[in-house]
Amino acid sequence: MESVTPILEFKKTCVSYTKQTMAVKYVSAAIERNTITAIMGPSGCGKSTLLRAVNLMHNLYQNIRVDGGILLNGENILAMEPIDVRRRVGMVFQRPAPFPTMSIYDNVLSGFTLNGIKLSKAEKDVTVERCLRSVTLWDEVKDVLNKKGTFLSGGQQQRLCIARALAMKPDVLLMDEPTSALDPIATKHIEELLLELQKEVTILIVTHNMGQARRISSKSMFMYLGELVEYGDTEAMFSKPSDERTKAYLTGKMG
Amino acid sequence: MTTFKIKNRLAKDKLMLWSVCVLAAFTAVPLLAILGEVLLRGYDQLSWSFFTEPTPTAYKAMKAIEAGEPIPGGIANGIIGTMIMLGMAVIVAVPVGILCGAFLAENSKNRFAQVVSYLTDLLQGTPSVIIGIITYIWIVVPMKGYSAIAGSVALCIMMLPLIIRSTEETLKILPASLKEAGLALGGNKARVMLKVQLPAAFGGIFTGVLLAISRVIGETAPLMFTALGCSLIRFSIDKPISAVPLLIWEFFNDPNLQELIWGASLFLLLFVLTLNLLSKYLAKKWNQ
Amino acid sequence: MNDKIYRVILFIAALIVPTVCGGVIYALVTDAYDAFEYFGFFKFLTSSEWSYTEGAEQYGALPFITGTLMTTLLALVFCIPFSLPVALFVGEYFKGTKIAAVLSTVTDLLAGIPSIIYGLWGFYTLRPIIMALDISEQGSGILTASLVLAIMIIPYAASLSAEFIKMVPNDLKEGAYSLGATRAEVIRKVVFPVAGSGIFSSYVLAIGRALGETMTVTMLIGNTNNIPDSITSTGNSMASIIANQFGEADGLRLSSLIAIGLILFLITAAINMVGKIMIKRARIS
Repeated sequence: MESVTPILEFKKTCVSYTKQTMAVKYVSAAIERNTITAIMGPSGCGKSTLLRAVNLMHNLYQNIRVDGGILLNGENILAMEPIDVRRRVGMVFQRPAPFPTMSIYDNVLSGFTLNGIKLSKAEKDVTVERCLRSVTLWDEVKDVLNKKGTFLSGGQQQRLCIARALAMKPDVLLMDEPTSALDPIATKHIEELLLELQKEVTILIVTHNMGQARRISSKSMFMYLGELVEYGDTEAMFSKPSDERTKAYLTGKMG
Repeated sequence: MTTFKIKNRLAKDKLMLWSVCVLAAFTAVPLLAILGEVLLRGYDQLSWSFFTEPTPTAYKAMKAIEAGEPIPGGIANGIIGTMIMLGMAVIVAVPVGILCGAFLAENSKNRFAQVVSYLTDLLQGTPSVIIGIITYIWIVVPMKGYSAIAGSVALCIMMLPLIIRSTEETLKILPASLKEAGLALGGNKARVMLKVQLPAAFGGIFTGVLLAISRVIGETAPLMFTALGCSLIRFSIDKPISAVPLLIWEFFNDPNLQELIWGASLFLLLFVLTLNLLSKYLAKKWNQ
Repeated sequence: MNDKIYRVILFIAALIVPTVCGGVIYALVTDAYDAFEYFGFFKFLTSSEWSYTEGAEQYGALPFITGTLMTTLLALVFCIPFSLPVALFVGEYFKGTKIAAVLSTVTDLLAGIPSIIYGLWGFYTLRPIIMALDISEQGSGILTASLVLAIMIIPYAASLSAEFIKMVPNDLKEGAYSLGATRAEVIRKVVFPVAGSGIFSSYVLAIGRALGETMTVTMLIGNTNNIPDSITSTGNSMASIIANQFGEADGLRLSSLIAIGLILFLITAAINMVGKIMIKRARIS
């Protein structure tokens, strides 16, 4: 048996907004490479807060403290430069928000422009096509690449945002309820896409939709009041939750 | 990407933060410099007689300077003139402005109201010197002379758009339920406006009026062609009259009176800035 | 009081605004007419003569139009490096904090200082500095006037720009941060492009204010009636020539001054209208 460093590992990770209250309490878990891990839990349980700790989003705001460790390929990201971490850990948000002043083409490349990386025209073309193909948007938009991203439908915009994150070739992709603002058809589309994408990137997805977690994830976390209650194979958790609280949540007895 | 490049970008980020802070803080320099200069040069001129006596003639001032004495007299004529003209302007501009603001708030979709709204902006953006010319043509020429009336008309025209806007905006942000509740209780629109909406909007309108006063009280150019100025304390409204900013302008142009500039400026500045801060404070307090 | 009377009263009150505006335009046009008729509209605009020797009166607006444009544009140039940082400070870096409120109060107070006091400060403090630095001999001139004018318009440009910078959605900023951008990069590549049209329009309105500023310019520009040949030379703006000569003028000269007033009114109105329309558009999008 060989020991592999997990791509991402939480080690007693804590996040606190004020001195008294902790939003995330001592979460420890190792995330396997090329899997989709769903984080579930009632609203306010700290699942988004945990997710946002992974790409140091909390550093943007004063008074939020992250303690413990979060290891990316064995390196503690809390000791790294945020801009370096964020380039290696992509993020997709709840509401699709392509940059309104940029074309579809430029939106895909926005990670490079924002980081001040210059690409040749050929490199740009290749990247745009690769990323848009991997989010299955290429055929829909290949003739309107110079239009503003905001002209697309909600589902298309969200796929554009995924493409934008993928362009940076991240190790991990964080998704914060990426389909909660979308209609069922667009949601299905994104779910199929994620199943494809796990071949190239490890995905950590926060969702309040149990069906979604079950459909796409191989591993699941259940969080409650800031604690990681249960973490394991999705199928096992849904069929035989080991904790009463998980059971209550999965059977709809808890918000 | 190399660590060098990240360091470079972070350095740029820091540089930007610091330059923003330094340059932004720099805007406090002129404020402090102006306040400081006016205070230091003006405070020893402030005395009881400075507020109770009219401006000395240039001759008297010259004699005093020759004798090495402080210049006699003060700015009472200006203070009284400013108060008379401002008072008359407020009496007309406040009710008219409130009614007009109420009209705009009640008929915002109406074509005519949109025109009025646009013209209010136009009036607000009109340079004060042009308001002076207009009042000269309208009032001074037909009345065959400069007067306090003309000065107050100029101030009134400048206050109007400010009061209209603040009334309109305050009324518009009142919850619609307030008006509906009033109407549901059987009040007609006029009663609801008078008894419910305007009292609820009082805070916003009041601070708007304070702000309008602080804006026009220091206006000089429009008064130069309308009130003209006068070295006597006067209460008649059909004769030329002085005002504090007009006096400052006179002192600036008359080498014999230059010593009086700073006291007058200090008085005006403190008055305007106090009104300004007061209205900001009240707006904040009433908004909660 | 029934509804009908109430509506009539409101309507009459609202009529006062169009009446005043109509009266402004009517009075300016009729009283400027003599000058335009005597010299010809275009000749008046393009002539640089301003002499009131009796019998050979010659008036043209060009020196003053030039003076106004020079002071305004120069003021804008001096204003941007300070007003933009203030807007970023208040609207982005320290949004919603106490220190931002302090800075807003500072700029509010700057906006409240009467223009004649700015003029005094410029005359007694800034002018000697300009002379000491050997920038110009007499100290007053286009440059001195523009510097003070710049300070006067900082509050207007800054507070409006800050409003638009504040409105940039957090979603977009977080999106950019999540791609690894630094704050400076987010500001340059997301905040500025998104808030750009709003920021631009706030400078248009700041120009509108600078164009008609009277007392400060009158006290600092040097009051010479020729076309300024450099930024350190003296001149007159449209507003300052009116402030200087209106009281003593009559006949053709008075009409010419009113004609300059009309031109100033039209330019300011046009700039303000463009600014307001742009702001409305920027707010909607």
